[in-house]
Amino acid sequence: MSTDEVRIQADDFDPGVETKALTRGRKDIGAVVTFIGVVRGDDELKSMHLEHYPAMTAREIESHIVKAKQRWPVIAARVVHRIGELCPGENIVFVGVASAHRQAAFEAADFLMDYLKTNAPFWKFEERGEGGNWVRARGEDDDALKRWR
Amino acid sequence: MAKLLYFAWVRQKIGKSAEELALPEGVTTTGELIEELAKRGPGYAAAFRNPGSVRCAINQEHKAFDTVIKDTDEIAFFPPVTGG
Repeated sequence: MSTDEVRIQADDFDPGVETKALTRGRKDIGAVVTFIGVVRGDDELKSMHLEHYPAMTAREIESHIVKAKQRWPVIAARVVHRIGELCPGENIVFVGVASAHRQAAFEAADFLMDYLKTNAPFWKFEERGEGGNWVRARGEDDDALKRWR
Repeated sequence: MAKLLYFAWVRQKIGKSAEELALPEGVTTTGELIEELAKRGPGYAAAFRNPGSVRCAINQEHKAFDTVIKDTDEIAFFPPVTGG
């Protein structure tokens, strides 16, 4: 049976494997929505280093899955987030939501991503040509959260 | 002893990722703790110069700076998160 899962890992993930795990052993799922975040490059970005708060991260994301399930009829949800050194073009996050119907799956996936961006304790350090910098939080991400209040 | 954790540029400025600390006399909230920590040296002062740019978690949950803290808490300071 599919169950909820949250994983934090340095290794890449296989979106096909993650997606299949969402429906395994069930016949009541009619919609699976998945989101994959990718490291976006530019002319100077060499790589990104992702740091997190191990004791808190999975717990925080799991609490948002609980909230999503209180709001939509979600059957299973799965979040995989990578940490460590990542280069442009590499996968960074997978969010998948399974439900009976598409609307709940779309909205719950969107909700989970918005909460992950603004609450999950990850920090990105960008390695650039000369030195590097910590990525600054974006106001747009906080604004996106207001849609769910 | 409270366990203090620092992440991202807060960790870099302070120069360590964790330490144990007996909460100073008169410190009852994270906001008051920040004021005390800022007096502990130039790294701390730099990290907490603009408290509005720092967030905190108590026992792995996001909390506001007026939250009451105890000597047994795990208290983390970090910049706004940037995952995803």
